Amino acid sequence: MAKQMPPEYYQCLEEIQALDFVLVELNLYLDTHNHDFDAIQQFNETAKLSMQLKVEFEKKFHPLMNFGRSYSNYPWNIDDSPWPWQV
Amino acid sequence: MFYYEKKLQYPVRVSTCNPMLAKFLIEQYGGADGELAAALRYMNQRYTIPDKVIGLLNDIAMEEFSHLEMIATMIYKLTKDATPEQMVAAGIGDHYVNHDKALFYHNAAGVPWTASYIQAKGDPIADLYEDIAAEEKARATYQWLIDISDDPDINDGLRFLREREVVHSMRFREAVEILKDEQNQKKFF
Repeated sequence: MAKQMPPEYYQCLEEIQALDFVLVELNLYLDTHNHDFDAIQQFNETAKLSMQLKVEFEKKFHPLMNFGRSYSNYPWNIDDSPWPWQV
Repeated sequence: MFYYEKKLQYPVRVSTCNPMLAKFLIEQYGGADGELAAALRYMNQRYTIPDKVIGLLNDIAMEEFSHLEMIATMIYKLTKDATPEQMVAAGIGDHYVNHDKALFYHNAAGVPWTASYIQAKGDPIADLYEDIAAEEKARATYQWLIDISDDPDINDGLRFLREREVVHSMRFREAVEILKDEQNQKKFF
């Protein structure tokens, strides 16, 4: 059963989703426009912002990634709910 | 290797329990022009496509898996509170007797997914033209789904997915041009 999360959870998650969407879109664009200096700069700046937001999110809620890309608390919480389809 | 990130690419919200809409949406889960077919097609073609466009195929394959997860979330949320009677009334009694509420890789008519939906020709132009066509077919399917759905929250997610097909198609068309340019630069003696 899905956990009930505070309103802040959804807000913080949406901010991450918005930034990561910019990264997906720029990444595909740069795959076919690899000399666009401004787009590369925007990509790198957005990557930094996204990483910062994820550090904040993981402190407040739960780890986002498995296999060592996020830190675990005690007890183990890499497998914490809610899963994306439960949000 | 692959890492999982515990978030959807774009938020999926559902207004009301609606197993009939789930019946139609499953076309994009296990159908010929659906997200599973797209993800597996690009993931497999990437090994033999020229270096200049491997990155694009790899990245679009990754995004397709994110879309598969979004479609699955829509179907899951639309059916999770449905009674067996509602499943039957929605026309997915046949799905229910085989899978209960579990998802399965089949299309809206219940035909299971098959690898014959996709191709890997080893010819870069043949593969990329198939990929462009696949994106356009998926875009059309999203349009027909939006046309028959009256769930405003689902439609928001479907519109996002429809736009992504447009962008993928555009990037694949650019990939074709990149390969043509490269071919024209080859020096003959």
